[in-house]
Amino acid sequence: MENLVEIKELNFAYDKRPILTGINMEIPRGKVVSIMGGSGCGKTTLLRLIGGQIRPSQGHVKVAGRIMHELDADELYAMRRRMGMLFQFGALFTDMSVFDNVAFQMREHTELPESMIRDLVLMKLHAVGLRGAHRLMPSELSGGMARRVALARAIALDPMLIMYDEPFAGLDPISLGVIGNLIRRLNDALGATSIVVTHDVQESLKIVDYVYFVSEGKIVAHGAPDAMRRSEIPFVHQFVHGEMDGPVPFHYPAADYSGDLELAEASGA
Amino acid sequence: MERSVMDLWVGIFVTAGIVALLVLGLKVGNASSINLSDSYKIYADFENIGGLKIRAPVKSAGVVVGRVDDIQFDNKRFQARVGLKIDKRYQFPKDTTASVLTSGLLGEQYIGLDGGGDEALLKDQDAIQLTQSAVVLEKLIGQFLSRAAEGGTGNNGK
Amino acid sequence: MLDRLQRGLRSVGHPVINGVWRLGYASRFFALTLLKSSLSFRRIRLTIREVYFTGALSLIIIVVSGLFVGMVLGLQGYETLQRYGSAEALGTLVALSLVRELGPVVAALLFASRAGSAMTAEIGLMKATEQISAMEMMAVDPIARVVGPRFWGGVISMPLLAAMFSAVGVFGGYLVGVVLIGVDSGAFWSQMQAAVDLQQDILNGVIKSFVFGVAVTAIALFEGYDAPPTAEGVSGATTRTVVTSSLAILALDFILTAFMFRGV
Repeated sequence: MENLVEIKELNFAYDKRPILTGINMEIPRGKVVSIMGGSGCGKTTLLRLIGGQIRPSQGHVKVAGRIMHELDADELYAMRRRMGMLFQFGALFTDMSVFDNVAFQMREHTELPESMIRDLVLMKLHAVGLRGAHRLMPSELSGGMARRVALARAIALDPMLIMYDEPFAGLDPISLGVIGNLIRRLNDALGATSIVVTHDVQESLKIVDYVYFVSEGKIVAHGAPDAMRRSEIPFVHQFVHGEMDGPVPFHYPAADYSGDLELAEASGA
Repeated sequence: MERSVMDLWVGIFVTAGIVALLVLGLKVGNASSINLSDSYKIYADFENIGGLKIRAPVKSAGVVVGRVDDIQFDNKRFQARVGLKIDKRYQFPKDTTASVLTSGLLGEQYIGLDGGGDEALLKDQDAIQLTQSAVVLEKLIGQFLSRAAEGGTGNNGK
Repeated sequence: MLDRLQRGLRSVGHPVINGVWRLGYASRFFALTLLKSSLSFRRIRLTIREVYFTGALSLIIIVVSGLFVGMVLGLQGYETLQRYGSAEALGTLVALSLVRELGPVVAALLFASRAGSAMTAEIGLMKATEQISAMEMMAVDPIARVVGPRFWGGVISMPLLAAMFSAVGVFGGYLVGVVLIGVDSGAFWSQMQAAVDLQQDILNGVIKSFVFGVAVTAIALFEGYDAPPTAEGVSGATTRTVVTSSLAILALDFILTAFMFRGV
């Protein structure tokens, strides 16, 4: 099967501090692929590299056969029109209603008449179950609803690639299940490809086709969800089963404990 | 595209702004008094212009008829050459007198024009022949003092 | 010794280089805003919306302040002028002070603290909540869509606000001088009209307020766009907007006045 996104030997450093090193990834068309790892391991940076918002220090990201950082501004914008992105906390435009948020891209990028935009927006909102909420302002929505509106906005132009940045963060179990289901269903219904960046293992292992584990800027393991559940790789095992200590230590690097508490001194006195 | 309450407020705001500009232009300023876009220029030479400045008014019989356009120093005759822009509506005879006057005791200085009886009129770029310089207060006081002193010695001599 | 000198030089040099760097970034931002502002006019509704937020909502504070400033000018001006027996010049004093200086300057200061700080906070928060990033990912240029309309809205509002401030201020001076104290109404207006020149005073006042409008909105937008995406970052940027734009207004006022009213 053909790959929609290909990442080759990708390195990224911020102020000479390496964030990502030697990343290789292949994301086939029509699949839902998850990128997992602890907080601050560079997952969000990876999404921004795929979206062309930042340039890699080395290597490249290829989307639909084009190298992202070699596109000029117009080509990049043309490419982004075919991508949808769900931001961590939704990033809805707070000065617009739910309806206008979803209609935003249609109004910016198409010459569709307002009546048609109205129908399309209501269809997108219906798909996430919030057609009745189209008049509300983002401040009137709960966290889960805001996430669903943001999802409707991300699929507004029927993108070929949908990226999710921590779609499950801060949601109650019901909303969590709803969002998880929507990600899978929308991907299959739209014939799109999805990349889900998350640290929520249990929910994402249920819906994805393939998983990459990232730790300290490197890919440490990848495979199908079932293989990952059974994996004996220490990091994956710790991550999937949520163990307290393992390759990722519980303690932040510190000086000797007894020395810090001045026990040595006290016993000496 | 439909009208909204916001449009009403923006409309009120813009109207109020334009009204304010009109009030400033017509009521506070003196836009209506004189039209300098349609004017002709004449010159006048003075021994001394005192504190006359560019854009000072040119008045005749108390009515503003123009403005001082430029002031230069004539290095051959050691005189000031003042260019006056006069509204086309007002015409003056050749023997008009130009004087540098002061409005009130301490007010701003302006040019006064007193028409004569000549049949021929001043045209663009003409020069006024009859001029009267500014009254310089220090000179006036000096004259007054020296005359008083002369008078004093005369009395003593008697 | 050499070490201390080096450290001293570094502590001076670092902020200077940083400042120059930021100035360059700000200039590029300003140039981009101008270049990309065709959208602000093509989609005029976006700009009208900003005229509403920066102008129409500042109407009340401008009118009330203008009235009080004019009234104070009337009182103080009368106190001083009547000592020289020229209370009739009150109209001239009130009108010239307002049209040339106080109108543009005070209106711009109020504008900076009301509309400018709001602009910075709004854009800073849009950045902090990833709305700017989201817009970029939706292939919409945030400088054209968010910054441009706000810039032109502010630039359109500012001269109108300053004109209103001056007009209401003159009326305030009239209230105190003529209605309350009893200066002759005819003398008040006629002396004012004789002294205030359309081009020299009123047009220059409008030019001043236009320049202040450009400066304040550009500073407010840049500070918002450049704000670190945290609560402290946004609050710091808001404070900087008010401080920087107030200083910019006063400095620009001096420069413009020196150019405009030289030798007159």
